[in-house]
Amino acid sequence: MHPELHEHGPDEVPHTHPEPGVDPHAPLASDGAPRALRIGIGGPVGSGKTALVAALCRALGEELELAVVTNDIYTTEDADFLLRNGVLPAERIRAVETGCCPHTAIRDDISANLDAVEDLESSLGPLDLVLVESGGDNLTATFSKGLIDQQIFVVDVSGGDKVPRKGGPGVTTADLLVINKTDLAPMVGADLSVMDRDAKARRHDLPTVFLSLAQDKAATPVAEWIRGLLAVR
Amino acid sequence: MVAETDGIGGTRLAVLRGQSPLLLRRTGPRRPGGVTVHVVGGAAGPLRGDELRLDIEVGPGASLELLSVAAQLALPGRPAPASRLTITATVAAGGTLRWLPEPLIAASGCDHIAITRVAVEAGGSLLWRDDLVCGRHGEGSGDFVADTLISYAGKALYRHELAVGPRASGWDGPAVLGEGRATGTVVAAGTGLAAFTAAGRDLATFATTGTTGGSGSRAGSSIGARGGRVTGAHAAIMPLAGPGWLATAVGADIRTVRAALDPLCLRPAPVPV
Amino acid sequence: MAGLATLLLLADGRLPSGGHAHSAGLEAQVSAGRVHDVASLGGFLQGKLATSGLVSAAFAAAACGDVTRCAALDDGLDARTPSPALRKASRAQGRALLRAGRAMWAVADLGREPHQPVALGALAAAAGLTPGQVAVAAAHGTITGPASAAVRLLGLDPYAVHALLARLAPVCDRVAATAAARSGDPVDDLPSAGAPLLDIGAEHHATWEVRLFAS
Repeated sequence: MHPELHEHGPDEVPHTHPEPGVDPHAPLASDGAPRALRIGIGGPVGSGKTALVAALCRALGEELELAVVTNDIYTTEDADFLLRNGVLPAERIRAVETGCCPHTAIRDDISANLDAVEDLESSLGPLDLVLVESGGDNLTATFSKGLIDQQIFVVDVSGGDKVPRKGGPGVTTADLLVINKTDLAPMVGADLSVMDRDAKARRHDLPTVFLSLAQDKAATPVAEWIRGLLAVR
Repeated sequence: MVAETDGIGGTRLAVLRGQSPLLLRRTGPRRPGGVTVHVVGGAAGPLRGDELRLDIEVGPGASLELLSVAAQLALPGRPAPASRLTITATVAAGGTLRWLPEPLIAASGCDHIAITRVAVEAGGSLLWRDDLVCGRHGEGSGDFVADTLISYAGKALYRHELAVGPRASGWDGPAVLGEGRATGTVVAAGTGLAAFTAAGRDLATFATTGTTGGSGSRAGSSIGARGGRVTGAHAAIMPLAGPGWLATAVGADIRTVRAALDPLCLRPAPVPV
Repeated sequence: MAGLATLLLLADGRLPSGGHAHSAGLEAQVSAGRVHDVASLGGFLQGKLATSGLVSAAFAAAACGDVTRCAALDDGLDARTPSPALRKASRAQGRALLRAGRAMWAVADLGREPHQPVALGALAAAAGLTPGQVAVAAAHGTITGPASAAVRLLGLDPYAVHALLARLAPVCDRVAATAAARSGDPVDDLPSAGAPLLDIGAEHHATWEVRLFAS
């Protein structure tokens, strides 16, 4: 056993935690500061999750203490993309392996992601924001509330303008729906007003934003939404 | 067998006593600081029912290298309990023991157990090699169990059992040896490893940092990564949790295993004083 | 003493303890071509049971029987796990299991990242299970994890894989009984059966740029 890895003081006697259901080690950073806002970013393969994360790192990296956990099915692919693009230093990015089950790692068994978030918090000190990017999956993948505070679901227009109408837990319940690649809409024959109308019908009061990362490299509406969340914390 | 320092920078053998089938002969040129002893097989065996014992003691500052002249061949022999070879060794602070015998061949029908207990005191150095061939050419393996405990500074450093042969479930399956019929291990123990194996110079850093990094291959490739400390398709060098490392190789025959492990066991070129 | 339903909770693959991301060495042997169908998976699982299954079951039973031995047992597993990649995988799974266990029971303090069998034994003790029971859960876990990974990696027929697991169930029980019977032994005398290809495979796997499982 490694006492140096232990979260208690090194000179403490061994002891038990008598309250089942309460993890006394988990919720707070080591100095007792409130934990970072954790935002999950999910969506189908190729919808632009990693590009959105990169844009958010560029937009928010200067003003916030920020870190990223990636869950690519090919493990380090997304983390490598972020590193290559130089949007975040290596020590602020963790990659989690998901054993062919990206949705399991963000919903049913979130332990590896929680460990990654906590490791980032303990190695970097108090953080403002942790982005957890899911591996590309399908329209049913959503994050566990045990892992994240808010979730963004990213779809793109090239998947067809019927995607919002089809619904599914991601489109219906995400705290923010991002409809990405609007610059491609004319080319793929997607009607943005249809997508907007269907999204409103599915999501009621939950917000939806349209985005073209090709034209807005700072993902302005998404960055603004995150700033708004942080302002009320 | 007891090796101790002669007080003038060399090593002398205070005790060297053996009886058939484990005869001991001092051999080789006199080297500065160390002596070499060969184990000479005095009879066929071990056979079922044999109870053999080898005790090695390396004193403070002494340096001993143990080799064997030929492979050990474990044979069925008469109906009897399993044959057993028990080796105990102690290495004192400042002492060095290099155990580099020829392979053990577990002939079909044999029933043999090798028990190894090595205690290295803090400041001692050990290089311990064990090679195994499962069956002679064209025959199946006999039953063989290697039961090994190597400790450093009073704490278990490497504890390992390997069982092969008809009684060992799954031994020839893809978790244990697969199609491999030869396997070998080298355990190095101690903090001054650089001094007594050529490879140790390179490995000393490796053992303390514990990294196994290196460029890798893509999944789906039939051959594993060659970068870092992965030495060929069926071998790896692994830093242990304590001070030391293990190299393991599995091969179709002993040549593959030797190719992976022999370079790790070379004696370093003498360093001019 | 807790009942069988509690034991089933511990053995359930849906327990959120990080197991789904580990193939227990299978992914490396699939890539090497040694595991490619149900028969070769069977050989792999038999070898797992006889080696790491026996060791895990004995150490889980020992930790369950006397949680004050956990630190010594943790060291004992270090000495039995020469591959740094496997030590890391075992500790990652121990940490994840501990997180799940603490949410359910009052688990003894084991530090942040105990080896998985030690964590399993301590959880079982906290849940009121016996060494014999947790040994079964440990042995069972060493084959169900890679079996599930094989279904995902190779697209094997899940019914054929479960038929294989059913055939191995009595072997699992025997391994667990042997492990539990030895669980009171001194740490150095506990089972230490090793598997060279698992060690070598884990080291190769850890260097891959692209892999689906953490180990």
